[in-house]
Amino acid sequence: MITRSVGPNRRRNDRIWNAVAWVVMLALALPAFWIIMTAFRPNSEVNTFPPVWIPQRLTLEAYANMFGLNPEVQQRVAVEAYLRNSLLASGISTIVAVSLGTLAGYAFARFRFRFHTGLFLGIMLSRAVPGVALSLPLFLLFNRAGLVNNVLGLALVYVAVNIPFTAWLMDGFFRQIPQELTESAYIDGCGYWSAFWRIELPLSLPGLATAAIFAFLAAWNEFQIVSVLARNNAAKTFPPGLFAFTEQFTVDWRGMAAMSVIMMVPAVIFVILVQRNLVSGLTFGAVKG
Amino acid sequence: MTINRPGKTKDEAPQQAARSNRLEAGTFPYMLILPSIAVILLVVGFPLLYSLYVSFTPYELLRPNSLNFTLGKALRNYEKLLNDAIFWRSLGNTIIFLAISVNLSYLLSLALSQLLARVTAGQSILRTLLMVPMMFAPILVGMQFRWFFNASVGLVNNFLYSLGLIQAQGQIAWLVDVPLGMFSIIVASVWMNIPVLTIILLAGTLSLPAETFEAAEVDGASGWQKFRFITFPLLAPFSYIALTIMSLDIARAFDIVRIMTDGGPAHRTEMLWTYITRLSIENTKFGLGSAMSWVTVSLSVLFTLYFFRQLVKARIVR
Repeated sequence: MITRSVGPNRRRNDRIWNAVAWVVMLALALPAFWIIMTAFRPNSEVNTFPPVWIPQRLTLEAYANMFGLNPEVQQRVAVEAYLRNSLLASGISTIVAVSLGTLAGYAFARFRFRFHTGLFLGIMLSRAVPGVALSLPLFLLFNRAGLVNNVLGLALVYVAVNIPFTAWLMDGFFRQIPQELTESAYIDGCGYWSAFWRIELPLSLPGLATAAIFAFLAAWNEFQIVSVLARNNAAKTFPPGLFAFTEQFTVDWRGMAAMSVIMMVPAVIFVILVQRNLVSGLTFGAVKG
Repeated sequence: MTINRPGKTKDEAPQQAARSNRLEAGTFPYMLILPSIAVILLVVGFPLLYSLYVSFTPYELLRPNSLNFTLGKALRNYEKLLNDAIFWRSLGNTIIFLAISVNLSYLLSLALSQLLARVTAGQSILRTLLMVPMMFAPILVGMQFRWFFNASVGLVNNFLYSLGLIQAQGQIAWLVDVPLGMFSIIVASVWMNIPVLTIILLAGTLSLPAETFEAAEVDGASGWQKFRFITFPLLAPFSYIALTIMSLDIARAFDIVRIMTDGGPAHRTEMLWTYITRLSIENTKFGLGSAMSWVTVSLSVLFTLYFFRQLVKARIVR
């Protein structure tokens, strides 16, 4: 009796929950679709009232304007400079930060030593310093060192910003590798360094990829520090470039949307790539302490 | 010394050893950590100390001579802040913003994770949709919502107009009115926070042992009871990981505020971060700005430390 009444009920409930989930998730993603659509609409549809909800026509005008292919547009954003600086600062800092942070993460995961907890906490807390607070003294010091408006100076800052989270992620990934592997490598005559380099590092490559993507995106998206340290196009990256849109008297919403789409490309690629590793990397510590 | 101490059986000893089974390796681990520490000291540690020094001086960027330390007047910037009504207002706004934004983000993510955990069709597409806000830099989030909440061409007012809820263009000034300005900023920050929190809580929910729930069902527990007495307590470590990660990134909200309202109009949505920028970058008062930076750094570090301690505690319990 009971089983017969529970069956259909449960199926109906499941259907309701599925529908609710779809509605909520579509609503969550809706703003993104709107931005992408706006980038490819004619200006007359974007800035009209009453609003035009369904696009009548799609165009690449916004990109033509941005890359200077439209002779009627005199002033345009220096999108090539932003792209170059963003790629340089993010790329260089990711390579260095992931190398250093991986070494630190390995040390925390595998070895027992004095000040283990203190050093780990110290590294993590350095990440809690707000970029605004850091940007003031960095500006004064970089001004003296000649590093203002310098992409390499910016990359150096991003290395420090990205080390803590890399160390946290890699600590988790290394702890998933069984300890016995390392111990048997020592017995076979491996030194500490070659055990790390030849056995543990290859096994942690998926984790390394996740950490690299996080570091790259953090640098790619950073705004507070670069907006103080980069005063001209020699070092300005996408975020301050995008901010320049809002400083104009009438904001070019479509141009802004078009640039946003360019800026989102690496994030879209990376989110698709790391979807699986992301969860295990972020939550590892909760399962095994 | 292998003598059995009271209360310690032979079976317990290996377990205890297994808990802290990290290896001894002399100075090798220090060598691994040294480069990281060096970079952090150079780029974060030293500048912060320098900023502490600057905060004791009346330094203004356009008057280079003002960078000098006088013992009797060292605390003048901090005194100035204590008597500055806008500072207190920005501190209050920041606390209100963080309290509402963090709690709302957590509660909505918790609800969303429970919803997604019981979905039976299209799991992977839904999870991809969940990650959509992650593709947005904080600055893009701010930009997007500034546009959506724009009074005359914004999506929100257009939508309300199309539904017939408002009669004219630009009727609701979302980013200008009190408390709508704060409301708009909170909506934007919650939208940005939801994906990572939900992913972590969903992973936690899916990892919980099924037997516990089956046992509870046999005992006749309701859906709410199962959540309240099984899911929620067992999720504690995941909740603290989520909150720790969020507290590390909390200053990302600065980007949103800077773009959406820049603290205005008339300091209505002024927060610590925007006020620091206003004082130091726009008014070149680096001494005062540094003093305020130190207030902000202290608060951020305490905030993170709190969640970190909770995280460590929650791990040990399991």
